[in-house]
Amino acid sequence: MNGFANTLRAEWTKFRTVRGWVLATVAAAGLIVALGVMPGMEGTCGKHGLSSGCELPLGPGGEEVTDSFTFLHQALTGDGSITVRVTGMTGILPGGDPHGRGDTGDPNGPNGTGDPNSRSGRGGTDGPRHGVAPWAKAGLIVKADTGQGSTYAAVMMTGAHGARMQYDYTHDLAGGPDAATAAHPRWLRLSRAGDTVTGAESADGVRWVTIGTARLPGLPATAQVGLFVTSPQYTEEVHAGLASGAMGGPSQATGTFDHLATGDGWTGTAWQPDVIGAAGDPGAAGDPGAAGDPGGADDPGGPGGSGDGPRSGAEGFERDGDTMRLRGSGDIAPAVAGAAGLGVSISQTLVGTFVGLIVAVVVGCVFVTAEYRRGLLRTTLLASPGRVRVLAAKAAVVSGAMVVTGLTAAAAVVVLGQRVLRGNGVYVHPVPTLTELRVVAGTAALLALAAILALGLGTLLRRGVTAITAAVVLVVLPYLLAVTVLPIEAARWLLRVTPAAGFALQQAAPEYPQVAGLYTPADGYFPLAPWAGLAVLAGWAAVALAVAAVALRRRDA
Amino acid sequence: MRNALRAEWTKACTSPGLPALLATMVVSMVALSAAVAAATDPLPGTDLPKLGLTGVLLGQAVVAVFGALVMGDEYATGLVTVTLTAVPRRSRVLAAKAVVVAGVLAAAATIAVAGSVLVARLLLPADVVAARPAVGSVLYLVLIGLLSLGIVTCVRSSAAGVGAVLALLYVLPIVTAAVADPAWQRHLRQIGPASAGLAVQATGADLDIGPWKGLGVLALWAAGALLAGAALLERRDA
Repeated sequence: MNGFANTLRAEWTKFRTVRGWVLATVAAAGLIVALGVMPGMEGTCGKHGLSSGCELPLGPGGEEVTDSFTFLHQALTGDGSITVRVTGMTGILPGGDPHGRGDTGDPNGPNGTGDPNSRSGRGGTDGPRHGVAPWAKAGLIVKADTGQGSTYAAVMMTGAHGARMQYDYTHDLAGGPDAATAAHPRWLRLSRAGDTVTGAESADGVRWVTIGTARLPGLPATAQVGLFVTSPQYTEEVHAGLASGAMGGPSQATGTFDHLATGDGWTGTAWQPDVIGAAGDPGAAGDPGAAGDPGGADDPGGPGGSGDGPRSGAEGFERDGDTMRLRGSGDIAPAVAGAAGLGVSISQTLVGTFVGLIVAVVVGCVFVTAEYRRGLLRTTLLASPGRVRVLAAKAAVVSGAMVVTGLTAAAAVVVLGQRVLRGNGVYVHPVPTLTELRVVAGTAALLALAAILALGLGTLLRRGVTAITAAVVLVVLPYLLAVTVLPIEAARWLLRVTPAAGFALQQAAPEYPQVAGLYTPADGYFPLAPWAGLAVLAGWAAVALAVAAVALRRRDA
Repeated sequence: MRNALRAEWTKACTSPGLPALLATMVVSMVALSAAVAAATDPLPGTDLPKLGLTGVLLGQAVVAVFGALVMGDEYATGLVTVTLTAVPRRSRVLAAKAVVVAGVLAAAATIAVAGSVLVARLLLPADVVAARPAVGSVLYLVLIGLLSLGIVTCVRSSAAGVGAVLALLYVLPIVTAAVADPAWQRHLRQIGPASAGLAVQATGADLDIGPWKGLGVLALWAAGALLAGAALLERRDA
């Protein structure tokens, strides 16, 4: 072990005495910080007095939520149930994109026509067009009160995802896949027993199928019960050569209902239309959503909150005998960052990592190839004949240096970057401290593992240039291709198998399948879980180092 | 000058790695173009000629290595002192190297671009053959090689030089995409060597910079790097 300590010390001395390497490492840290606090992003949050602040309502779990919809409700006490028949949904989607999907107005095909990535049905129009957003929702809800962010359970028909039961913003249970149309109406029922709410659907109002059950500990004895309609921000992916991005905006949906009835203890017919999250409340976060768009795609429109021009007059209620029409816009869902969302996530402040990566790769590589070039390696191996030990010491030294660089730089960016962005009026999604720590540690791990990969390649190829190029092409090019030319599926595949999978460590905002967002790598959403991404990158680094160790033992120096 | 040219040509031909590198460039470029063309189900309005030339994004890295090695190897092996003894006019050495790099790369890039266009034509639905993107891509690759040669002459180490070139080529576009201010983004795309130079491939409408103007920006980068390299070469010890 003493031998290893000596080797380690020798390698550390080599590293710290080469001025260029130390300077490059320090410069990398500086660049990561500088690019992180880079000015340029401007928003309107808090710039026009207190009322323009961009705080989002918080859900029962403490997470940020979007909570705005049209609500036909009354207060009902105790246990009971409510039933309704949904006879159709129509809507208006934002337009203005040349490749828009033609008509999603007939949501009969639930087989993914609503997926923002699907390419079916081309052609289209400029300007708003008829169609139902895939995650437009119309159905029944039991909610603690009419305040935003209060606990709720709902059963609903969606534009393209069939019947769903959702509760407390982050929970989503799938029901039958059929959409509600005039020819094939769907029945929905919500029943409450204590703090348990059960959602059920039926094709005929006779045979009921339970979709799911929710326990809502915070639901008071008297809750607001009724019909709701809402329709989220609509986005779609745009691809044009090297520019990809998202465009879209607020959408609107109208649900048609009849046979609204209460029972099992609930009585009352004093239904009162209301708009939850109406104009004037916080949530209008300027347009920071555009911040992450590469290639200058159009602004995806204002946030999902209310107060935007396009949405005024979007809500309404009509009654015609037994038939009721409710028109709404908004969403009841967790708030997401990125092109489809409201603000930026801290991942987007860490763009300097790429500069750091190049430096890590160059230093990691040259740390060994310089010895080959000068013939110093022969001296090194003479002094410590355990060749694998030399390689291990080199890996430890270079990765240690990169860990320190990454930790300092990323910690500074995460703390300072957020402050600068908020000062500029950009809405930055707050993330739990644990996630911040993971992002900081992940950035350090990213640099360290890239350096080890480069060290392995350098030992294997013995030439700095080829090894550096190989490492950069392996680590950075997949990301560049993924955020530029590649279609989303190919991009995801690339970010699963190449060392660039390690960028998943920097993902700060969770992805929710029940929120139609464009979870693209450019917006900081990666296909792998953070630790899986780390494992892929670590695997590449380990393989490179192992092959290098074998080669170093077998070959002449 | 003719002798200097001949000397550089001999070095480039007989260096063991360089022909293999050119073969790598051709293969990797055609392979990436083919992979992207096969993976993409292009929407109408997609810039197909540009899509078919995606391989340039990978080929440019190999080209940068080539440009770097032509000069960097001399410093690595100490050959540069011999070279400068034989041809004491230092700028002439660099000029000869630039001519050889440009000539060799033009030939190799023509093959690679022709291969990419051919593959794209087979794999993509529409007619993707367009003259300007193809010719422009060849010139783009030549200019990247010259830029790399100039930068490596400045820093006297192929490893550090190629690191700098790759940072310019790959990291600058990512950083540009992260800049929120559209005006800044536009400016960065207009001055970045990769983004401006690749404008020559675009056949779409909304461009930040005209195709030939963009290539001109890259030419300025390459000329600047070569001039700085020449100035430093004249002044410094080898």
